[in-house]
Amino acid sequence: MRIFFFFLCAAITTSLCIILDTRMLLPAPLGRLLSPQEGVWQNAEPVDANYNANLRLKGMAGKVTVYLDDRLVPHVFAENENDAYFVQGYLHAKFRLWQMELQTLAAAGRVSEVVGDVALNHDREFRRLGMVYAAENSLKEMEKDDRVKGECDAYTAGVNAYIESLTRASIPLEYKLLGYYPEKWSNLKSALFLKYMSYDLASHEEDFEMTNAKNYFTAAQFNALFPLYHDSIDPIIPKGTIYQAPKVHPIAPASADSAYFARDTVSAEEFNKADKDNGSNNWAVSGSKTATGYPILCNDPHLGLNLPSLWYEIQLSTPEFNAYGVSFPGAPGVIIGFNDSCAFGFTNGGRDVRDYFEVKFKDESRKEYWFNSTWMPTSFRFEQIKIAGKPDVIDTVAYTIFGPVMYDKSFGGKRAFSSKNYAVRWKAHDASDELLMFYLLNRAHNYNDYTNAVINLQTPGQNVVFADKGGEIALRTQGDFPAKWKGQGDFIMPGTDSSYMWQGMIPMDETPFQYNPERGFVSSANQFPADTVYPYYLGRDYPLARGLIINRKLREMNNISVEDMQAMQTDNYNIFAEMMLPVFVKYAKDSLLSDAARKYTGELKEWDKRNDVNSRAATIFYHAWKYLKDTIYADEYKNAPQPISYPLDFTVMESLLKDSAYSFLDNINTPQVESIEDIVAEALNAAAIDCKKLETAGKLDWGKFKDTKITHLLKQDALSRLHIPIGGGEHIINATKATHGPSWRMIVSLEPQTRAFGVYPGGQNGNPGSVFYDNFINQWAEGKYYPLWMMTAEEKNDNRIKWVMNFSNQ
Amino acid sequence: MMIMKNSFIQFLLIAFLTSGLAFALGLYFPWWSIAVAGFVVGVFLRAKPGIAFLGGLVGLFLLWGGLSYFISSANHQILAHRISLLMLKQDNPLNLILITGTIGGLIGGFSTLTGSILRSIFFKPR
Repeated sequence: MRIFFFFLCAAITTSLCIILDTRMLLPAPLGRLLSPQEGVWQNAEPVDANYNANLRLKGMAGKVTVYLDDRLVPHVFAENENDAYFVQGYLHAKFRLWQMELQTLAAAGRVSEVVGDVALNHDREFRRLGMVYAAENSLKEMEKDDRVKGECDAYTAGVNAYIESLTRASIPLEYKLLGYYPEKWSNLKSALFLKYMSYDLASHEEDFEMTNAKNYFTAAQFNALFPLYHDSIDPIIPKGTIYQAPKVHPIAPASADSAYFARDTVSAEEFNKADKDNGSNNWAVSGSKTATGYPILCNDPHLGLNLPSLWYEIQLSTPEFNAYGVSFPGAPGVIIGFNDSCAFGFTNGGRDVRDYFEVKFKDESRKEYWFNSTWMPTSFRFEQIKIAGKPDVIDTVAYTIFGPVMYDKSFGGKRAFSSKNYAVRWKAHDASDELLMFYLLNRAHNYNDYTNAVINLQTPGQNVVFADKGGEIALRTQGDFPAKWKGQGDFIMPGTDSSYMWQGMIPMDETPFQYNPERGFVSSANQFPADTVYPYYLGRDYPLARGLIINRKLREMNNISVEDMQAMQTDNYNIFAEMMLPVFVKYAKDSLLSDAARKYTGELKEWDKRNDVNSRAATIFYHAWKYLKDTIYADEYKNAPQPISYPLDFTVMESLLKDSAYSFLDNINTPQVESIEDIVAEALNAAAIDCKKLETAGKLDWGKFKDTKITHLLKQDALSRLHIPIGGGEHIINATKATHGPSWRMIVSLEPQTRAFGVYPGGQNGNPGSVFYDNFINQWAEGKYYPLWMMTAEEKNDNRIKWVMNFSNQ
Repeated sequence: MMIMKNSFIQFLLIAFLTSGLAFALGLYFPWWSIAVAGFVVGVFLRAKPGIAFLGGLVGLFLLWGGLSYFISSANHQILAHRISLLMLKQDNPLNLILITGTIGGLIGGFSTLTGSILRSIFFKPR
């Protein structure tokens, strides 16, 4: 009997251990997760955590001292240049390891390894896009340069020094929740991270969508919906600039009109389309327009807002250079920031550098494809995708002269598999060394250094702004861009010969730029880089609004202070509403409106056109505009093939302002011809129904309706910050939408003693159990800034210093 | 009276030793080493199985509950708020601590009981 009880109890104990250590019965291994010595409790950092440390690590040349200030910003003082990158790697890993690794797993199409086959589509798509192929190409180029190789090797060694110190108990929270363990870092992972940024910033195109639109609409309709250029445009490099004669002359193939501009419906669509709103603002004003007489540089990159934040603030100080700003956990150096001589910032160029070619395989084996009247051999890349809890999947991707065949009969993205094969030519596939640009920018002293640094940037193309203490300002619309004939790459191209391929790149010395312009400022907000006088085709669909309002303000402003720039960077004025509102005011006929619509339209008429957090009219306008577009286009689009492009807001607005008999106004499903008054009334009445519901729910205020949140990368509300009261939105300088917006705001006044200010919506510590996880968010939401302290070695006893970390070689 | 007092001392001793050994093993071994601690204490300490069970249960409940309570207090419950929302779907740090203690206690109780029964097979109680 005792023996029976013994076995029974032993079995119960063992079963309890197994059940609580696995996911067999429970949704999570509760014993492992809740063990106070091993589980998530270990990530609950004391609020007064002590970050002081004396570390002896292998792989350093000299000593490094890190002063952590009261915001947990590290001020890294290194005797040896590469040691600074070693310690940067260590700090990135210490505070942000999980996100660094996750982003590189995402870039490499390896998320399934961690979360199972829910990520299989993502992984296949990224591998088929050639992300790893691209990173490998770039890594070769990066490692050719001794400076960048030394920097990357030291950074990687620093990350790994931290990883080696980890135990089951000290790994970041997310590894415990998901049940995996960090692997070693490598230079390839840094290259993958940079390719992820290329995906985010330089992969957006609408080739499939536009091909369908071209095919579905008549030529007249298409031209009305998708004009190449807008009347209201104010390009980055102002109108009137004179450009040299082009050295490259791309020629459209003779068959373009029949084989290209008139095509069949196509069906393939990405699962993970890069956000079209990945944009930014940057500008610099020269001393002639500032109160101090010295330039001020401003930058706020608009990206998806997540926790842990994409950015990590840092100062790197060595005998060779001294730079402060935000860095990417995953890559060495300061990305957006300033040094003792100058400041630099970025906005996305938004040029189309990804095109699709329809290729024809000889047979099912995909071993040969028809190109220039002959069967050419393909090469294959075997993508082995590991899946947590399931057998591996092998995806065989064919590579052609254009690039990888992303879509074929085994993969159509979101759409059903198609019998067609589409190869992708993406500029990011080419070898390039973007880290060299950051390396040189961190050390730049003047305009020449800046230019020599920036020309190393190929992809993602960026508008790089510059200002220095010598009083110079500049902006380059930088990137290595294909010289395209008009319309090239807007649609799917035939891939059976070389005639549709990119014929050459735009020479670097023909890049539009501005250097100390007479108007006293340079600016960019993702709009058209240059006007139509520029001899190369620039593509379509650049956002216009922020560029208009920024340039208007900067033209009018004088005697500018840092506070003026802060107010401008966080301004909620809606210039699109200013331009569009007259249409509503003019055509809203009281007799056609419901009672509610009359009331709300009255509020619209009184509106100050600011999307402030408490504005009701901003929410009303949002709905009126949404329903107006719906009312105008829903009938024409009803039978359209998918995916398909929709016109830009500015196209619609300009069409309505110009033409009150705009052909799309009529509802083609009704016998009568609708007037603009009918359409406006229909939109306002529909908007009123929504607004009434929102008002009843207490959510008509713009901030409440927009409901900005900063979500953890795992999309778990419990680890996110929800309901952040902040205004702004699309078309507005403060481009804060629900989950997207200014990911870092920076203002640098280049006086003899630099004064700099910045804030990002997150915190320095990526651990959700730390007080430093999200402590900047309130400051950011209120439109306030922190002073950015470029510390000197003499200030080591300053009371802002809270902790000191000493690094030396083992 | 004497027996009760003895039992109580046995209970205290088992609770104390189980939690102490579990803590020490937890520094070096995976979390389930607490079961080893309970088992070992059960084998080496003379006690009625019921007392052994209670001693292991209370000892490890207090160890796990207490440790998580102290860690979480120093953290001002920041993480406990988040994890309780994530895992329990309710914002309740105290429940998370109680569940932590209960898991420790269950394993402590059953492992000590297992050890104690094994002991009783070889050393028949008087």
